[in-house]
Amino acid sequence: MKSILLQFLRSLRQSARDLLPIVLVIAFFQLLVLQQGVPQFGQILAGGLMVLMGLTLFVQGLQLALFPLGEELAYSFVRRGNIWLLLIFAFALGFGTTAAEPALIAIAAEASRIAAAADMIENTELAMDRYALGLRLVVALAVGFALLLGVIRILKGWPVQYLIIGGYLGVVVMTAFAPKEIIGIAYDSGGVTTSTVTVPLVAALGIGLASSIRGRDPLIDGFGLIAFASLTPMIFVMAYGMLI
Amino acid sequence: MQELAQGLIHFSGTTLGLLRDVLPIIGVLIGFQLFILKRPIVNPARVVVGLLLVLFGLALFLEGLELALFPLGRMMAEQLTLPSFLFGAAGVPPGGVSWSDYLWVYAFAAAIGFATTVAEPALIAVAIKANQVSAGTITVNRLRVAVALGVALGVAMGAFRIVTGTPLHWYIISGYVVVIIQTAFAPRAIIPLAFDSGGVTTSTVTVPLVAALGLGLAETIPGRSALLEGFGLIAFASLFPMITVMAYAQLSQWRTRRARAAAEKLPDTD
Repeated sequence: MKSILLQFLRSLRQSARDLLPIVLVIAFFQLLVLQQGVPQFGQILAGGLMVLMGLTLFVQGLQLALFPLGEELAYSFVRRGNIWLLLIFAFALGFGTTAAEPALIAIAAEASRIAAAADMIENTELAMDRYALGLRLVVALAVGFALLLGVIRILKGWPVQYLIIGGYLGVVVMTAFAPKEIIGIAYDSGGVTTSTVTVPLVAALGIGLASSIRGRDPLIDGFGLIAFASLTPMIFVMAYGMLI
Repeated sequence: MQELAQGLIHFSGTTLGLLRDVLPIIGVLIGFQLFILKRPIVNPARVVVGLLLVLFGLALFLEGLELALFPLGRMMAEQLTLPSFLFGAAGVPPGGVSWSDYLWVYAFAAAIGFATTVAEPALIAVAIKANQVSAGTITVNRLRVAVALGVALGVAMGAFRIVTGTPLHWYIISGYVVVIIQTAFAPRAIIPLAFDSGGVTTSTVTVPLVAALGLGLAETIPGRSALLEGFGLIAFASLFPMITVMAYAQLSQWRTRRARAAAEKLPDTD
């Protein structure tokens, strides 16, 4: 009991150190540059304590649940030896977690307003909703494809850089042809797909796969899934913008 | 008292929303493990406690950000981009704005990009894993600082781009060129991790503040459309960490080599 408490206090201190830069930056700009006081000090103090507590609990839970879950699943897949099952799972995980991602829903709604303003689609509620939904499905499809490809890469031991650089060249070429309005959204959609719960799971899955397959190095082969998941949405969204 | 009750109601709302987002993911995972792969969950009590901690911790974290950081950060982003702050009472000068009028904005962009990235939970997760599998050669804090420096550089440059109104894709394409050149020379083991760190930087803490800054800039600078220019800052924040993480690995490789070369020259003085 005592050791758990001690460990908790230690990680509380680590979280406090993690949050210190934000406090310093806000204090410096608010007090010295903008020369204003801190409004609603009590509320901000309470919020700060919640952030501190929350970060500490999250990191504890990460080690207790998310990492072991992802890794055990990877081991089980390797032991079972059914590649098709693994690929179906990878696609489902990517598609499922992205389609419901709140940040993506917000960006898709914003993008449909831009598209309507630029006369790419009709300026009606129905057309905008359909466009936003289409965009979300395209991004979800892209992330599902990314995890599928990423898992194949781990199984085969392909070096990550050729695929990623090839993908970036694809992005550059497509940027030249895609409609101007979609480019910013396409670039940003790569960043919003990877949420706080998905990232640890996907990282643990990749590392678990790489460490249980003979001849794979967890550092070289295990990482890279997240990179695929942030690259393919750019390509897919620009393609969507070109087709519509 | 009433405020506390309202706060609690809001907090339960956040927790329920999070539950709705997380439950399908966990369901898929546990469903595959138990019913398709037919393997038991090792130490189920531990996993349940861990999942509750993740859920409750993330809800507290988001709720706290909503109370403390986001209102203040958004207000500061707005005030720093206000013409009355930048140009005094005279407002926007008739000759148009120059990029050098916005130095405080770039400084704020870099500082807030750095600080929020250090606190980003997803990055902490990846750094912990990287530390474990590299047997300690990649330290958690150094990796995070390298990524945070990249975000700082990226967001500051993104702010500069909005102020000058130069096209987004020129910056992004030149960034990719640098990434490609570095990939050819960086130590092989760091490359997948560097590519991954681009994707993890932009989640819970960084995106809302960076987006507010971009929107604030695009709205107050004459001739910029908030719809077109407000986007794109996040792309900067996910590109530059790749460059700084590879640079960090190249730097430590270079230093080890130099130390080794010095050690070889030095021995047997007599």
